[in-house]
Amino acid sequence: MIGQHLLSAADLSRTDAVQILDTAAELASVTDRSVKKLPTLRGRTVVTLFFEDSTRTRISFELAAKRLSADVINFAAKGSSLSKGESLKDTALTLEAMGADAVIIRHPASGAPFRLATAGWIRGSVINAGDGTHEHPTQALLDAYTLRRHVRSGTGDLSGVRVGIVGDILHSRVARSNVELLTTLGAEVTVVAPPTLMPFGIESWPCSISFDIDDVLPSVDAVMMLRVQAERMAGSYFPNEFEYSRLYGLDSRRMELMPPESIVLHPGPMNRGVEISAEVADSPRAVVVEQVRNGVHVRMAVLYLLLGGLPESTTGELHEEGQVG
Amino acid sequence: MKPARTVLDAPDIARAVRRMAHEILESAKGTESLLLLGIPTRGVHLAQRIASEIATIEGSEVPFGSLDITLYRDDLRLREVRALEQTNIPVEGIDGRIVVLVDDVLYSGRTIRAALDALADFGRPAAVRLAVLVDRGHRELPIRPDFVGKNLPTSQAETVKVHMVEIDNEDSVTIQQASA
Repeated sequence: MIGQHLLSAADLSRTDAVQILDTAAELASVTDRSVKKLPTLRGRTVVTLFFEDSTRTRISFELAAKRLSADVINFAAKGSSLSKGESLKDTALTLEAMGADAVIIRHPASGAPFRLATAGWIRGSVINAGDGTHEHPTQALLDAYTLRRHVRSGTGDLSGVRVGIVGDILHSRVARSNVELLTTLGAEVTVVAPPTLMPFGIESWPCSISFDIDDVLPSVDAVMMLRVQAERMAGSYFPNEFEYSRLYGLDSRRMELMPPESIVLHPGPMNRGVEISAEVADSPRAVVVEQVRNGVHVRMAVLYLLLGGLPESTTGELHEEGQVG
Repeated sequence: MKPARTVLDAPDIARAVRRMAHEILESAKGTESLLLLGIPTRGVHLAQRIASEIATIEGSEVPFGSLDITLYRDDLRLREVRALEQTNIPVEGIDGRIVVLVDDVLYSGRTIRAALDALADFGRPAAVRLAVLVDRGHRELPIRPDFVGKNLPTSQAETVKVHMVEIDNEDSVTIQQASA
């Protein structure tokens, strides 16, 4: 079983990851029924605690929790006590006092979910929905789920599947989580970026490195295009968007280099004309919309596996200075 | 601990399944709107066997599938989280059909309560019936089977196990006495 929290894709064993993905596949069928809701998490309270703007990840988690009948509280940084300078600890103590069974956190600081899970402030499960430039494990899980449905005729085995991840590896928590998870699942990952957008210490990651997208594309089963994150581009990492697009963007010409059965992923939101051209984004080989749909199923699986059984709080006690009530 | 006692062997099970197939056909007046749904794991194989008996008797196929009830259980929070089993509802759907739920052992009735809740989320059957290979008594809910392979009075300390070739390499029903 996957334990109490989901903080990092690197924490997942292959068995854990496969269990989440198999559970997601079963839960996916709920979408096809007349009543798109399961009673499984009735009476559980799930809080989304977002210190960064995000629409799709938050509503994906919200929908996943609601499909399992949990009560959902959305706590966003703007217009709340968080914008008045409340500390993470005091926010956590407040959520604990309200009886949150799970806290889904997005935070600009890498490691914030880990702090929340281990400081003894709250009893509930913590799910990392993206922390700084560290990890975004449920994104990697939905990407792996999407890959399982498409490559190798949907047999579900990712052993030896070749995946290229192209773009801003330096700032991308999506890239980091995907490299960890896909490698755990047996895939061979190559990261592609200009040297300025490769993180320090990339040699120690369990993946290959390339600076030339045209070199990598002919041998991939799937390519994942990362968003050029304007909000993280305080430094000058490349001369301008046009140059980036010319050297690292995926357009129809480049897609022709890829094997015919291969697919294109993008975590969204897309910058059409920068990392991905409109023709590629709208082509049947781009599975971007399906990724969004799969995200709900994968998050349902994570919520079920973390909250569906015996509550951890009956065994684990609050420790450190965080005693509440 | 005493060794397990066999109460049904392979031919007994085959005869019971054949009789249940006849009874189901008789009560549904043919195969017209019939649909069999097995509860994983052994209920699914049982449903499959009943379906093939019906095909032999009537010469027409009956749709069958599986219904996992894990997400509808009332004891989820009492145990470690459980892995999900397959749910496979035939494309015909359950609306307006006579749905026969098939399980191996009927005991507290809580599994069937969960199955009824699950069914309601898939549609509105014309009727729901229950077929079980073994009814061992000790109901905790007002639920009774319509088709029974064998009524087996037991004590709550005993364990009843159904073995099926598809999973356990043999067909048998055994009863294990409680250790004194």
